[in-house]
Amino acid sequence: MHILVCIKQVPGTTNVQIDPEKGTLKREGVEAIINPFDEYAIEEAVRLKEKVGGKVTVITMGPPQAESALRQAISVGCDEAILVGDRAFAGADTWATSYAISTAIKTIGDFGVIFCGKQATDGDTAQVGPSVAEMLNIPHVAYVRKIEEVGENSIKVQRMMEDGYDLIEAPVPCLLTVVKEINTPRIPSLKGKMAAKKAVIKQLNAQAINADIKQTGLAGSPTQVKKIFTPPQRKGGQMFEGEAQDIAVQLVQKLKENRLI
Amino acid sequence: MANKIVISADKCVGCGVCETTCPFGAISLKDGKAVVDMEKCRFCGSCVDVCGVKAITMQKEEVKDAVDKSLYSGVWVYAEQRHGEISSVVYELLNKGAELAKSLNVSLSAILIGSNISSKAQDLINRGADKVYVYDDPILAEFQDDPYSCILADLIEEEKPEIVLMGATNIGRSFASRVAAKIYTGLTADCMALEIDQETRNLMQTRPAFGGNIMATILTPRHRPQMATVRYKVFKEAPVQEGRKGEIINKTINAQTIINRTKFLGFFKDSSADVNISDADIIVSGGRGLGNPEGFKLIRELADLLGGAVGASRAAVDSDWIAYSHQVGQTGRTVAPKIYIACGISGQIQHMVGMSSSDIIIAINKDKDCPMMQTATYSLAGDLYEIIPAIINEIKKI
Repeated sequence: MHILVCIKQVPGTTNVQIDPEKGTLKREGVEAIINPFDEYAIEEAVRLKEKVGGKVTVITMGPPQAESALRQAISVGCDEAILVGDRAFAGADTWATSYAISTAIKTIGDFGVIFCGKQATDGDTAQVGPSVAEMLNIPHVAYVRKIEEVGENSIKVQRMMEDGYDLIEAPVPCLLTVVKEINTPRIPSLKGKMAAKKAVIKQLNAQAINADIKQTGLAGSPTQVKKIFTPPQRKGGQMFEGEAQDIAVQLVQKLKENRLI
Repeated sequence: MANKIVISADKCVGCGVCETTCPFGAISLKDGKAVVDMEKCRFCGSCVDVCGVKAITMQKEEVKDAVDKSLYSGVWVYAEQRHGEISSVVYELLNKGAELAKSLNVSLSAILIGSNISSKAQDLINRGADKVYVYDDPILAEFQDDPYSCILADLIEEEKPEIVLMGATNIGRSFASRVAAKIYTGLTADCMALEIDQETRNLMQTRPAFGGNIMATILTPRHRPQMATVRYKVFKEAPVQEGRKGEIINKTINAQTIINRTKFLGFFKDSSADVNISDADIIVSGGRGLGNPEGFKLIRELADLLGGAVGASRAAVDSDWIAYSHQVGQTGRTVAPKIYIACGISGQIQHMVGMSSSDIIIAINKDKDCPMMQTATYSLAGDLYEIIPAIINEIKKI
């Protein structure tokens, strides 16, 4: 099976902090990483290949620097990598991103299962996976936490819901977005690291994928950012210190006063 | 004319305010002057506003509307149901939706999709819907993306609403994306504030970005409808008005032709998710400061005593101390209980964004200076393994 996995390079969000004086985003020292949810998608794609045979192609849309994310994916078992990049794609929202990625996938031809992480940690929208599936006219299942069975033409998966999980059977080809419960990603092997170093990354620009420029990038994006601001901070309240017993008495007193218990 | 942004090297004093303000990391200082990386710039204008010496000028391309916006009218709420029950987020959306509809002087409609569900239509009218479109068919008993997205997309194209609101639930987030992709319109995820710009009738959709570090207000200026998924618990539920009048429109589907490529094989309930933390009035949450998974026994004891639910920080979930269904925060659930008790949780922004609308926050932590202790209503400084048992004792005395 030709398995695809779509990934995104994001800022390592744990490092993103607010500058206490200016109240703005500190960007110094923020390294670019593979979106953590995509690591589970990569791992699941590689596991599926190991089970049914075939190859895994990893795809990202982004600037030239995103190549490092693709090489990292190869180091953990992906076979081929494609960087979809063009100035015309800059400023894309989820619709225009999905358009560029799905258009690129159409040029690749045959594929079986496409994996995506459930969402990216910078935007947190969870929209690109399902949108890509729609634009490719294939079904998708979101929030997949386990693949139960892989048949010739179908795949049975557990879809995580707020109150448990649904068991869903999807035909192949289809797109799955995965949650972190699905696996524990492997660490790159020495052989994998060598492969990553040597890999030739295929570059696809707008022309190569025959994209309609009017539907890409900022121009093709239905949504626009109007303004950005720091969320209002909650003001601090009362601090209780000292012996645990005294603290507990004071707190329970407060809660009683306010009729909270 | 394309979008243009120019930083005058003559005027720029190299203060760097624009660099730190740019939400897209598109500005950097080179040789003491600010430079824009055109690949990253989205022409949001934040830098123009903050520049103290007015060195930045921006011109935005005037782009024609993608559709004739005057044909689109009305506010819609997708009335999500699961196992035949309407999700509480729907009532929150009807409340906000009614306010938006009033401000636009249009009607509020609800879209109900399911099986044996028609009896719920009046509930939606009682909560403020003027019209309810009902699709009731055995094929639609359980949520599947294909038929649900086809139905909603078709109805949107037929009836042309200007706004479509959905809950930011697993269901909503999954199929809203397909609908927006189908009909080529904007979808804004996880909104926490919605307002109408009276002049343009645009919906101003505010959502957290960058893990909650910043809020972004998003518009869908040229396309219709404007679609948004909305977080739970950010708006109050619409009150019930018994016997309110409204119109119920029963729609039919063609079971033979509707696209339905996946098969629903069954639902398996998570027994540990018996208490839905999104609905709890009191939540006691544990974090890394517990030190070990055993700590959750103490958390549960306090939660049980208060009749509340158990929550957790991402750190605790990542350490496998407790199931993901308990996780509060950006990548978990959003909660807004009457009392939120954060035990050994330092208060990373990603956690804060999921619980900061709680009425009362109680923090228990050794580190007085951590963000949670600095923002809580009541901050209890000390060892949680001493303080929590003491609180349990005190409450038992009441």
